[in-house]
Amino acid sequence: MNKVIKYVVIDILRSKIVLAYTFILFIISFSVFSLEDNTAKGLLSLLNLVLFIVPLVSIIFSTIYVYNSSEFIELLLSQPLRRKQIWLSLFYGLSASLSLAFLIGAGVPLLIYEPTVTGLIMAIVGSLLSVIFVAIALLAAVSSRDKAKGIGVSILLWLYFALIFDGLILFLLFQFSDYPLEKPMMVISGFNPIDLSRIVILLRLDVSALMGYTGAVFKDFFGTNVGFVTALSVLVLWVIVPLKLSLAKFKRKDL
Amino acid sequence: MIIAKNISKHFGKLVALDSINITCNAGECIALIGPNGSEKTTFIKSILGLVVPDSGDILFNNKTISKNWMYRSQIGYMPQIGRYPDNMTIGQLIKMMKDIRRENKNNIDEELLYSFQLDKMLDKRMRTLSGGTRQKVSALFAFLFNAEVLILDEPTAGLDPLAAEILREKIIKEKQKGKLVLITSHVLSELDDIVTQIIYIQDGKLIFHKDIEVLRTETGEQKLSKAIANVMAKTLINE
Repeated sequence: MNKVIKYVVIDILRSKIVLAYTFILFIISFSVFSLEDNTAKGLLSLLNLVLFIVPLVSIIFSTIYVYNSSEFIELLLSQPLRRKQIWLSLFYGLSASLSLAFLIGAGVPLLIYEPTVTGLIMAIVGSLLSVIFVAIALLAAVSSRDKAKGIGVSILLWLYFALIFDGLILFLLFQFSDYPLEKPMMVISGFNPIDLSRIVILLRLDVSALMGYTGAVFKDFFGTNVGFVTALSVLVLWVIVPLKLSLAKFKRKDL
Repeated sequence: MIIAKNISKHFGKLVALDSINITCNAGECIALIGPNGSEKTTFIKSILGLVVPDSGDILFNNKTISKNWMYRSQIGYMPQIGRYPDNMTIGQLIKMMKDIRRENKNNIDEELLYSFQLDKMLDKRMRTLSGGTRQKVSALFAFLFNAEVLILDEPTAGLDPLAAEILREKIIKEKQKGKLVLITSHVLSELDDIVTQIIYIQDGKLIFHKDIEVLRTETGEQKLSKAIANVMAKTLINE
């Protein structure tokens, strides 16, 4: 297994994009914490940046990487290797490089300025988000032979998770404002890994008091240990399900 | 050694392979012949597991190849268009292939590396190589692990006459070791003294699979190209 991962990681590092991404995250994190004298404020600003940039970079980079490695994949497929092994090596290589980039670029400043459980949770959630969007990118890339279409689908998926989903939820909330929606909202938030990550971290900050009754219901559940573990498990499911689907498609793919 | 049982493959509405039955034995050198677009490459790719047939089964040494991958350690494959990672050098690529097929490491055949003089350009990146040099690299990989079965898709296309001759001699040499060689080619004249059997495929259907001597007596032609032309003309008339 690891002999293919090695070549994937070497290849990713050679393109230097991941190094640049680490560097940019590093600069952003340090400047955000230096600008605010209150680390809680800094954490909040960083949270919003992380929830935007990390999924975007992970999904676009991974999609393009998979398409660009089509030669490499073809070469490997005619060798005595399992298809599963080739595909998982791509996944492990990409998620290791991108989550390591996040841990060095944003995790290190986080733990320097906010050496608390909250800081640690944010570092974990950020790396989980990187891995989730690598898995989604693999699914987008295996679904279409056409590179432009595949990358387009990836961008739309990111737009959906980062912006459109929230818009839909607001719409629902306004339409059904006469009904108690707090509990269904908790379930619905599980359908978007970005939202779920945001909730998990926001509830650890004081600003959650501003979220009104919904915030109180959320805190009641996600604030507890059981709720936190549930949220993390849902995030892990967001890795496993797209990965399994893409693997099943890759196994049947003609090259 | 390789038995294809009733394999069919559709690409959308196009019928690429239409219930093909073929048996290939060790020690034979088989030419796959057919007009352009007759799905020869699809057939080869389904043996390699690159294309997954809709129905039917392929047996390699009496074991089905579906959900199996180790059998590929006994195959050396030279694709029609070799595609390689652009950023790697020839040397790195050779090292990687040896690493991936570690189980064959005691059985390396680097003859072509020297006869094609690829050893003098190990530092060249794949991106900078000409089409012919890429072909040479593909040929090197097909023969590198001394595989029992050689599958060569248009091996001499794009090679200069000298390299084509080196490759031809290499194929004959390997055939004499009792290996199974499958070749597709459009240049029939160069197959004349290599092949022992002919498989003729048209529109995804197997038209015939015969010994070359049988074909020669049937058509009364000594040259392969003429014998095939004779057969092709006959099938046209029958249609």
